[in-house]
Amino acid sequence: MKTKISFQDVVKTFPMKDTSFVALDHVSLDIADREFVTVVGPSGCGKSTLMSMAAGLVAPTEGQVLVDGAPVTGPGPDRGVIFQQYALFPWLTVRHNVEFGLKLAALPAAERKRRADHAIDLVGLGDFADALPKTLSGGMKQRCAIARAYAVNPQVLLMDEPFGALDALSRVQLQDQLLDTWRQEQRTVLFITHDVDEAVYLASRVVVMAARPGRVHRVLEVDLPYPRTEEIRLSAEFRQIRNEVWHAVYHQPQAAPAA
Amino acid sequence: MAVITTPEKKPAPAAERRVPRRAGRPLVLNLIALAIGLTVWALASLGVENLPGPVSVAERGGEMIADGSLLDDTLASLRRVFTGFALGTVVAVPIGFLMGWYPLARGLIEPFVQFFRTIPPLALIPLAIVLMGIGETPKVFVIFLAAFMSCVVAAFQGVVDVDRTLINAARVLGASDRTIFVKIVVPASTPFILVGMRIGLGASWATLVAAELVGAQEGLGFRMQKASTWYEIPTIFVALITIGVLGLAMDRLLLLAERRLTGWQERR
Repeated sequence: MKTKISFQDVVKTFPMKDTSFVALDHVSLDIADREFVTVVGPSGCGKSTLMSMAAGLVAPTEGQVLVDGAPVTGPGPDRGVIFQQYALFPWLTVRHNVEFGLKLAALPAAERKRRADHAIDLVGLGDFADALPKTLSGGMKQRCAIARAYAVNPQVLLMDEPFGALDALSRVQLQDQLLDTWRQEQRTVLFITHDVDEAVYLASRVVVMAARPGRVHRVLEVDLPYPRTEEIRLSAEFRQIRNEVWHAVYHQPQAAPAA
Repeated sequence: MAVITTPEKKPAPAAERRVPRRAGRPLVLNLIALAIGLTVWALASLGVENLPGPVSVAERGGEMIADGSLLDDTLASLRRVFTGFALGTVVAVPIGFLMGWYPLARGLIEPFVQFFRTIPPLALIPLAIVLMGIGETPKVFVIFLAAFMSCVVAAFQGVVDVDRTLINAARVLGASDRTIFVKIVVPASTPFILVGMRIGLGASWATLVAAELVGAQEGLGFRMQKASTWYEIPTIFVALITIGVLGLAMDRLLLLAERRLTGWQERR
């Protein structure tokens, strides 16, 4: 299968007072086209940095990140990013938030409206198209942010703990919804999370990272069929993989010293 | 279709979510407080020598309105304040933006701003008069400075405090630096600027009256200065009350503008 995103021997260090902090230590990872990969690991393992590099918001210190074989030099509308803090523009309504990227792409108004409507309907915010973000609940805000990313029709979705701040119920709903749209539109998804269940439920491959320095600890295949259902979520097979991932996350060989 | 139909709590319609309308009670309380204040003033005027009561001040106010002097003085003062304040704001906002957006501009401008901020504009009046004469220029200049200092810091702070995730969110959607500035930084810093404008307007108003105490031919400050040499205490009161009422009215106007322009903010 064609490789969509490729991290090649990536190192990221941040300068500190006397030394430098190694956020990522020689990380290599290939993500296939239309694959759904989740990255899970303790805080400080550099999983968000990894995503920011694919987004083009952070440049690697060494090595390179390729998307479609070309090095990432900056952000671009081919890669949609969804942030944990929603990052909606609070002075714009849901519709105008969703249209933001479409305006930048200089689409005609009618086409903009059509695509915005489609994205808003897809996330079930049709009744709230003209509402300001401050009137929305956390789950609705994140749906709006997802619609904003979908609207520009990126080939890659980069999601940085997008459901981390939501209540358990909204989280499950948004997970199912995300999988539905992923199966329909088949984008490549790189999904960062600290929730082991979420990582296993969504992904076809789970990357477990270790901290200090941040590195790939294990990569586990999730051999469960799509569509993922509640049945799968509660199945013994799921539990087995989940336990395996859990061990990889919580019993890492080189225990990180207390930060 | 992946439409989720779970009933989520609907947000209240916009009209209801606005700042809650003040019920009648606070207004009644405000009026009662006003009445108590006037009563205390009236009683005090009976006991304190030379302190005019509300009635004699109101009579004097009526005279000053009738002969047109109150209106002339008020207009003269307002003209100075608005000229200085408008100039100060118009110059301050772009400079504040520059400082917030370009580290180079910040490095070059900030020392001056920080230094002159510590000097009350009033302290520059003697110098301004020596350099610019006793006409309108020195008065407008010190008011300009007062408005400028509050506003430039606010605009600068507004740009610096723009949420980085919003900038990143725009950037990943394909926004250029220029678009980010116009579409994100400007709206995001508007609340800061409006607060700076309110502070600047208060400072302008305070500076104006003091500037008029020195070498003016008309204006509310001038009227008080003149009245004090002639011992016309009710006139001083009329001018003081006018200054207070106008200051309050201007502040309320800006507050209204602030609510309309920044109603999207989440209040915590």
